[in-house]
Amino acid sequence: MEMTLDNTTVGRNRIHPKKFALLLACASIVMMFAGLTSAYMVRHAAGNWLEFQLPILFGINTVIILGSSLALHAAYRGFMRGQEKPYKGLLLAAFGLGMAFLVMQYVGWLKLQEIGVELNTNPSGSFVYVISGIHAAHVLGGVAALAVAVMHAFTLPFKKTAVRKLRFELTLIYWHFVDLLWVYLYIFFVTQH
Amino acid sequence: MANVAIDPTVTHEEKLIEDLGYDDHFHDHHHGDKYQSNFITTYIFSQDHKIIAKQFLITGMIWAIIGGLMSLVFRLQLGFPEESLAWLKPFLGKWIVVNPETGMGSLSPDFYYALVTMHGTIIVFFVLTAGLSGTFSNLLIPLQVGARDMASPLLNMMSYWFFFMASVVMFFSLFLSTGPFSGGWTAYPPLSILPQASSGSASGMTFWLISLVFFVVSVLLGGINYITTVLNLRTKGMNMWRMPLTIWAFFITAVIGLLSFPVLASGFFLVMFDRSLGTSFFLSDIFIGGKALEHVGGSPVLYQHLFWFLGHPEVYIIILPAMGIVSEVLAVHSRKPIFGYKAMVFSMLAIAFLSFIVWAHHMFMSGVNPFISNFFVIFTLIIAVPSAVKVFNWISTLYRGNIRFTAASLFAIGFVSMFISGGLTGIFLGNSAIDIQMHDTYFVVAHFHIVMGVAAFFGMFAGVYHWFPKMYGRFMNEALGKIHFWGTMIGAYLIFWPMHYVGIAGVPRRYYRFDTFQAFSHFDELNQFITIAAIVTFAFQLLLVINFFYSIWYGKKVMDKNPWGATTLEWTTPIKPGHGNWPGKIPTVQRWAYDYSKGDRDFISQIEPLAEGEKDEVSH
Repeated sequence: MEMTLDNTTVGRNRIHPKKFALLLACASIVMMFAGLTSAYMVRHAAGNWLEFQLPILFGINTVIILGSSLALHAAYRGFMRGQEKPYKGLLLAAFGLGMAFLVMQYVGWLKLQEIGVELNTNPSGSFVYVISGIHAAHVLGGVAALAVAVMHAFTLPFKKTAVRKLRFELTLIYWHFVDLLWVYLYIFFVTQH
Repeated sequence: MANVAIDPTVTHEEKLIEDLGYDDHFHDHHHGDKYQSNFITTYIFSQDHKIIAKQFLITGMIWAIIGGLMSLVFRLQLGFPEESLAWLKPFLGKWIVVNPETGMGSLSPDFYYALVTMHGTIIVFFVLTAGLSGTFSNLLIPLQVGARDMASPLLNMMSYWFFFMASVVMFFSLFLSTGPFSGGWTAYPPLSILPQASSGSASGMTFWLISLVFFVVSVLLGGINYITTVLNLRTKGMNMWRMPLTIWAFFITAVIGLLSFPVLASGFFLVMFDRSLGTSFFLSDIFIGGKALEHVGGSPVLYQHLFWFLGHPEVYIIILPAMGIVSEVLAVHSRKPIFGYKAMVFSMLAIAFLSFIVWAHHMFMSGVNPFISNFFVIFTLIIAVPSAVKVFNWISTLYRGNIRFTAASLFAIGFVSMFISGGLTGIFLGNSAIDIQMHDTYFVVAHFHIVMGVAAFFGMFAGVYHWFPKMYGRFMNEALGKIHFWGTMIGAYLIFWPMHYVGIAGVPRRYYRFDTFQAFSHFDELNQFITIAAIVTFAFQLLLVINFFYSIWYGKKVMDKNPWGATTLEWTTPIKPGHGNWPGKIPTVQRWAYDYSKGDRDFISQIEPLAEGEKDEVSH
């Protein structure tokens, strides 16, 4: 299972190479969404743009995913302090809220359809579907990581090992990242519409 | 690990590693090499960066041959449109249309465009991105920074296999009944979106998109690894200013790739939605057969912005690794420190930065606001400054050097020549006013083929000849290498030099044939000449292929760990390094990478401590 080679333990690293690699991956995801949102702005400026009210559900969902982030952070603190109960409970809560976010995004798309904004009605709506859809795919990856974390929490004996701490931190960084990404996207949609 | 210090056969370098090296207990943890216990884990699903490098290289070579052969077919069409191509029918099947009365076989125009598109896609992405930066980043980053392997060998292996999947999908698309994608390697809409637009726009484009998405994943996985390894896994003493220029080049290349490829991916996602789900991001007001399509309100120029935001950095992703290799090879083979080490680094950083703010110079004629064009013209022309710094430094490195004209150094010198002649025409094209005449002519084709096609290939060849002993423990044949060099050098100029002339006269690129254009008919003979030059030059490349594969098994054996007398760390490993690269401790670095001809010594390895009162040369 040990995939990295051991000269990562030289001790000169202020940041674990895997964490650093994850941050780089986040940077590349940021670039992709920067590309998408700037395409949105360029296209918006060109006219022929259907104006519509973004369903309030997306706002509620922002709160949900922020709650999930907070829960996971609290679970991490519980883990670091060796408190098993809050660790497990909050981890489960973060996972549940993450799943809820995905379901609610889907409901949000249905709501958009209800108000007559279909995927191919106008680029203004298409962009919302595509950007939130690609974001949801990234959240799905985070939920999968959380599922693994939950599985570990409930099947492995509670022990604070270096490997498990690193794993937890990687999950935490990515989860905070997709949450913040959604907050950015939501603010972007609201201010641009 | 066994203590070898008491063995009298131990060399000076081995003793230095033993005395000063860092013991990471690597081999205590990796007994019996569980990663490489059988054929499959050693040669196929290997996690060893050295094997992965060879996988990238050989896959790249196969693609280079396919892409090169494609160019010969369409060059035959351009040079000899009146000659029969019926003899190609056994290879190209229905794409050669044979007239039943005359027996004259002609290349189908659809397939001509498919060949041009595939030639571009294959050479740009599969050969000069994966085959060049994939090969040498993998081989050299861990070896030259003093690491056991990449930060994540698993991701590294996946990077290759994503590239492999991209290759397989693209290769299958060559055999589709509607042919591979034919709308140009840039895949502009509407040709890339409307399946009915051309025969290659049907399944061919679907395969192209899938392949390229796999390829983007491959580049990102590789790039993340390269950056992390350079920043986190350098051995003790290897500070950033002691890194060889190869490492700087691969590092900057990976950063550019990491920031630009995701933007290309976002463009591709939008293309997929337009193609398959009826959205209108890039399409508007299109009539086919008098009927309007449903797509309304999109903008094809938007795609061009997204594409060229990658597309321009991509040319630096191609050329920077070649620059790094050339810097290293020139210094080693002229037995002189690289001239202006820090200037080299800063100019690469400047080029990398500028590469992100010049993309619209590919779109001067796409209806971009001419006032905005000014901005892009200025930044484009500024790129000449760091480029000129680099050229000056390479020439100064050669100046009064004790040059060994090996195949590797010849190709490095050839690179400088190509980079100068191709770079100068870039100054013409960077002007939006001159571009009105020059755009989409053979002048553009000549420019980019010399400056990033041939030049990058030269960098790759230099790297292959120079590091072949490290890869396989044998030398390539020098005489064949030199014949290969002179054939390629002269041949490449014979192909592309006349194209400038044709282009200035206004002959457009991408045309299938020119017989209806009387104004261009006096270029017929020149076109024939170019085609013959291309065929001959391609034949010279077979020398490299033969030399490469012959030398893997029958080349002259390397007897000395450091056959070129180089200072960098990869030559302190055993002749055939195993998994983990160094058998015992990891060497630590005591000085910069370019101590050649210092005092009365020919070269001083990076692992040798500074003598008393000696200063590290890095300061300038």
